[in-house]
Amino acid sequence: MISLQTYLIISALVFIFGLIAVVNKKNAVGILMGVELILNSVNLNFIAFAKYVDLSIKGQIIAIFVIILAAAEAAVALAIVLNIYRYRSTIDVTTVDLMKN
Amino acid sequence: MDNVSSIKFFIPELFLTVAVIAVIIAGLINKNKNKFLIPGMSVAALLGTVILSFTQYEMGMNSLFFNMTVLDPMSVFFKILVAAATIWIVLFSLQQHMKVEYYILLLITNLGMFLMASANDLLMILVSLEVVGLSSYVLAGYYKNNMKSSEASLKYVLYGAASTGIMAYGMSILYGLTGETNLAAIQQQLLTQQPYNLTVFISIILIFAGFGYKIAMVPFHFWVPDVYEGAPTPITAFFSVAPKAAGLALLIRFMTTVVGHQLAPGAAEWLQNMDISAPLLIAILSVLTMTLGNTIALQQKNVKRMMAYSSIAHAGYLLMAFVVFNKEGYAAIMLYLVFYLLMNFGAFFIIHMVAQKLGSEDIETFYGLGYRAPFAAVSMAIFMFSLTGLPPLAGFIGKFYLFAAIINGHWYWLAVAGVLNSVISLYYYAGVARAMFLVKTETKDAVSFQTFDKILIATLVIPTLVFGIYWTPILELTMRSIKLFAGN
Repeated sequence: MISLQTYLIISALVFIFGLIAVVNKKNAVGILMGVELILNSVNLNFIAFAKYVDLSIKGQIIAIFVIILAAAEAAVALAIVLNIYRYRSTIDVTTVDLMKN
Repeated sequence: MDNVSSIKFFIPELFLTVAVIAVIIAGLINKNKNKFLIPGMSVAALLGTVILSFTQYEMGMNSLFFNMTVLDPMSVFFKILVAAATIWIVLFSLQQHMKVEYYILLLITNLGMFLMASANDLLMILVSLEVVGLSSYVLAGYYKNNMKSSEASLKYVLYGAASTGIMAYGMSILYGLTGETNLAAIQQQLLTQQPYNLTVFISIILIFAGFGYKIAMVPFHFWVPDVYEGAPTPITAFFSVAPKAAGLALLIRFMTTVVGHQLAPGAAEWLQNMDISAPLLIAILSVLTMTLGNTIALQQKNVKRMMAYSSIAHAGYLLMAFVVFNKEGYAAIMLYLVFYLLMNFGAFFIIHMVAQKLGSEDIETFYGLGYRAPFAAVSMAIFMFSLTGLPPLAGFIGKFYLFAAIINGHWYWLAVAGVLNSVISLYYYAGVARAMFLVKTETKDAVSFQTFDKILIATLVIPTLVFGIYWTPILELTMRSIKLFAGN
């Protein structure tokens, strides 16, 4: 029997990896992958808590919704990244700096 | 309340949904032959929604769709506020001849904000924030051939996605601690079980990342200047008021359920559920927010970017009133939002009109405008002084109630910080007035604006002046609206 703590430790690790990717990556798609990792750690948390704490399906339903939201977000974000790529031929976010004070 | 009997309390949202579908179909049939059909339909739909929302004041307090959303006077107030804001935005985009999608996205954002104002469940909060977020990302990049607009939308989507993820993680911890997703049920669990303080505090901070991002709170403000500068100006005006108002509605509901509980049923005061000193955290964040916004705004040469920092500073003023945890504070926030809508829209609209005619948003463009376009310049000066909070304008009344609320709550150092910040802000707001009236320029030829634009500005200037002297109706409306649904 796997304990709740195991799930929470794995999910926290995935969350931290995602956060590191969001902060460190220069590639816009890399940042989006970091966001996906964060959302997956959220899903893992919700499902683990639904199994051990709540004993109902509320957490599982939220996890399904989070998957849908992640897909919608990826669709919009990739379209925007593609639009940037069409004009700049790069998706390095450090070079996208037309506006500075 | 179950789904079928909830429907009769959900009519404004259903009306708006039908209107979105009708606008999509009309856009397919119309093929741009009639330029005013789609904007006209959007305005009619929004006006209908405002009227339907007003009738909901009489419906009392209910929880709908198995406690997913609630209907209470506070949510009705915010629904009317955001729908009215969208009407102004649609009218102001009329000259641009935007495509059909623009209006559809505005209406969908509106629907999302309606749900934000009435969300009562972690799932509903997540979904409504994403509905508003996803359509806002596209709206920010609406001019897809314009590099600045594309860049704005890229920055918006990256920061938005990351902060939503962090907020969702905080929600998962809160769910794990309480085993509930409904906000009122979470409150009950927190009060009866008393879980470990630090864990609750961390989860609340993580959830604040999502709310703070929507209302442009430090340290989640990085997207604001670039997005506000790059997005089309009517959309910038929209972002600075409507999603911020909806985010504040969400924050009020979160503070009164998850963070606090009512002292007694119907009481005007709230107490914290846990010993976590949330007021001090918010006080520090609000001081940081307004100080950062005001000091960086001082250095700006581009007026649109200056207004972006000014909107960060105003988020700080609005956050101030959360520390007192009573009805007076929440009523002050709602009152200030009404006046903030009027003056901020006015300022952005005039920047937009000037940029359309003279081709730039820099402060140099405004030199000598007082002699070239007197009406626009005088209106701009009124909006600027109202944003500073000088009497006898509406902004003064709004700030007066905010400061009164926190002084009555004995937060004197916070009030002093707020007043000092208002003094700093006078420098850059007055700088725009100085550029328009005191700087002499070579070109003296008159700049003429269209009558429609002038009428639209007048609909914002006149209330700004009138509410500075006679604000009782708005105050009564907010007092009537500050009833929150608590419980299942």
